[in-house]
Amino acid sequence: MANRITPAPTRYPGGAGASVAPRRRRFSLLTSRDKVLLVLMVGLPLTLDLLLIWGPTLASIFLSFTNWNGVGAITAGNWVGLKNYTTMFTGYLFFWPALKHNVLWLAFFTLVSTPIGMFFAVLLDREMRGTRFYQGVFFMPVVLSLVVVGFIWELQYAPNDGFINNFFGLVQNHRIVDWLGDPNINLWAIVVAASWRHVGYIMVLYLAGLKSVDLALREAAKVDGASEAQTFFRIVLPVMAPINVIIVVITAIESLRAFDIAYIVNRGKNGLELLSTLITNNSISEANLVGFGSAIAVVLLVISLVPIVLYLSRVMRTVQ
Amino acid sequence: MGDSSVVRKHKLALPGLDSELPLYLNLTRRDMLRIAGYSSLAAFLAACGVQSNTNTNTGTGGSLAVGSNESDPGPKKGMEAIVNAFASANGGTKVKLNTVDHGTFQDQITNYLQATPDDVFTWFSGHRMRFFANQGLATSIDDVWDSVKSNFTGAFAESVKGDDGHFYGIPRDYYPWCVFYRKSVFAQHSYKIPTNWDDFKALAVQMQKDGLTPISMGDKDGWPAQGTFDIIDLRLNGYQFHVELCAGKQKWTDPRVTAVFKKWAELAKYYQPGLAGTTWQQAADLVVNKKAGMYLLGLFVSDQFKAAGQDALDDLDFFPFPDLGTQYDAEKALDAPIDIWMMSKKSPTLNGDLGQAKAWLKFWAKGSTQGTMFQNAPGLIPTATDADTSSFTPLQKKAAQIISSAKRITQFFDRDSRPDFAGANGMQSFLLTYLQNPNADTTSLQGKMQSFWDSLPPEK
Repeated sequence: MANRITPAPTRYPGGAGASVAPRRRRFSLLTSRDKVLLVLMVGLPLTLDLLLIWGPTLASIFLSFTNWNGVGAITAGNWVGLKNYTTMFTGYLFFWPALKHNVLWLAFFTLVSTPIGMFFAVLLDREMRGTRFYQGVFFMPVVLSLVVVGFIWELQYAPNDGFINNFFGLVQNHRIVDWLGDPNINLWAIVVAASWRHVGYIMVLYLAGLKSVDLALREAAKVDGASEAQTFFRIVLPVMAPINVIIVVITAIESLRAFDIAYIVNRGKNGLELLSTLITNNSISEANLVGFGSAIAVVLLVISLVPIVLYLSRVMRTVQ
Repeated sequence: MGDSSVVRKHKLALPGLDSELPLYLNLTRRDMLRIAGYSSLAAFLAACGVQSNTNTNTGTGGSLAVGSNESDPGPKKGMEAIVNAFASANGGTKVKLNTVDHGTFQDQITNYLQATPDDVFTWFSGHRMRFFANQGLATSIDDVWDSVKSNFTGAFAESVKGDDGHFYGIPRDYYPWCVFYRKSVFAQHSYKIPTNWDDFKALAVQMQKDGLTPISMGDKDGWPAQGTFDIIDLRLNGYQFHVELCAGKQKWTDPRVTAVFKKWAELAKYYQPGLAGTTWQQAADLVVNKKAGMYLLGLFVSDQFKAAGQDALDDLDFFPFPDLGTQYDAEKALDAPIDIWMMSKKSPTLNGDLGQAKAWLKFWAKGSTQGTMFQNAPGLIPTATDADTSSFTPLQKKAAQIISSAKRITQFFDRDSRPDFAGANGMQSFLLTYLQNPNADTTSLQGKMQSFWDSLPPEK
């Protein structure tokens, strides 16, 4: 997601209202070489940004008002107004479950996975013995793509020949748990699999943040007689505020863009519907419901704007 | 796709996969917010289909671009052998074989055909073929068909005829959906092949007593259950109703559909637990390992037996789905999906390669060519009448015979219906929901099916 977000700040200087006037004056003082450089360095990312990000985004919004099936030109006959949206919100059986699954995913990540990752980071920050080893172990899943994570966990979860059912003797006792096939539990099964990776990710981010906390602060707290818990909650956590926000935002974005594992497991059906898999199954597949898929994408875009805006405002504040 | 196509598609969802996979997922993993970047996808596909251009209209020599979805090892090897055979038989035509993972090919077909497709490409007969013919994305091949039609039966001719009466495909292979079992298991327990519904259920009960899972089912990928729906509907309500139902001309709320689900429930209790998390390969392994007695699937299940060893493959046998005691038993209808070759419309090289493309299609209409494919892919049966049947294994002979005795042939649910209706967030989901609790009242589920169909935009 980093590459999605970084172009935006580069756009900012050109578009900021109040600061435009003084900057203009400064531009005129630049040599022509500087100007060329500026045009290149601002213009190029801006062009790419418009072309690769804003173009498709606007196209998607436009398509969401059509019933275009992906074949041939879009004509006036394809215009269906808000029909895709009304269908989605009222008639489409998979939209609300998908949204619910995204929310549950977010809740699990926020309440369980992310805190575990932060907890690991705090533990590992204490320079305990073998800390490098543990860091390596927890970080390893982060190196794997979610697709590979999906494959690995599919092997664990398989009903008859999977590791989990066999290890706990469920196969032998004929009490097979269908981890990935039972719509009541399969979402949790894949959220656990995704967390396996997410925990390591958060751990590394947070660990980096912890390392940057001034040691003097902790020593001062110790001298003042603060306990470990007090030091962490009263001193370290507030100092880490910028990192905390980023962690929260990353957790939100990771939950919203959850896709890979659900898609690998069963293409996002039977309890694993997510907004992202609905978009894919409708637009990028033989189904050809490009317009309808776009409408779902627009909804996801609107939802995603919340954490993105939060993140950007934080980034810009630190820049200033 | 209840077919070898699916085979590949489903492999996508499996561990230990082939190299095409990352490409596929890269595309889909792209940030969902920007997924609307449709044009860029098309451009990407365009980039995939670049070929050299040689202008000869003699039909020999020159070049030809072939788009193939035969990405499984066996069929892929067969395809490569045929490319070489074609090149040497056709004056050294330079064939560019563009093999794409089966599932990816299927997902991207719309973009592929609109951008810069290959001159000829692999596809499915029936509704799926007619869709692209109607969109003007396929070239009719009436002259080729006229010269080869004597080598195909009337049923095959029907399967490649477009809505406009023109011909758009050359059938190249097919395979039946039947009930598979191990001969040794049946011999060990002295089971008899059931020919009617009561015998079938009695056999299932006996198997249960003998400690077997009577019927294996693996519906993780969503399509295998559609095969069971097809066959019960065909036996219970007949070919005509089934085809109309798939095409939306009958209602899903019809009591005849309710009857299908009721009948199915009598079978569903003999499935193994965890079927919704089991792939078709894992379900096949239950039969391979003699833990399950029977398995309704396409002939491509033999791939899984072949992988387990020649002994297992030799032990594999099958019988047609039993009669249900209705007037439609006489139709002996079954799913026997046909794979075909088509000629694209928008290929930039087609003008120059037209002769070669036609020669390629004619080449594939020969039994000898199809035989080469079939030696490498035992789950596929040649379509040409002059195919050398002496090299068929007993399994393949039997399959060919069962199909030829069928008065009606269907293509499989997701080839006979709209892809958006049949897909993951459609019938696949509905049938999985049904299988969770087959004895429950299906009224509301059928209502959902119908309202989902009604919510879909017209398929132009």
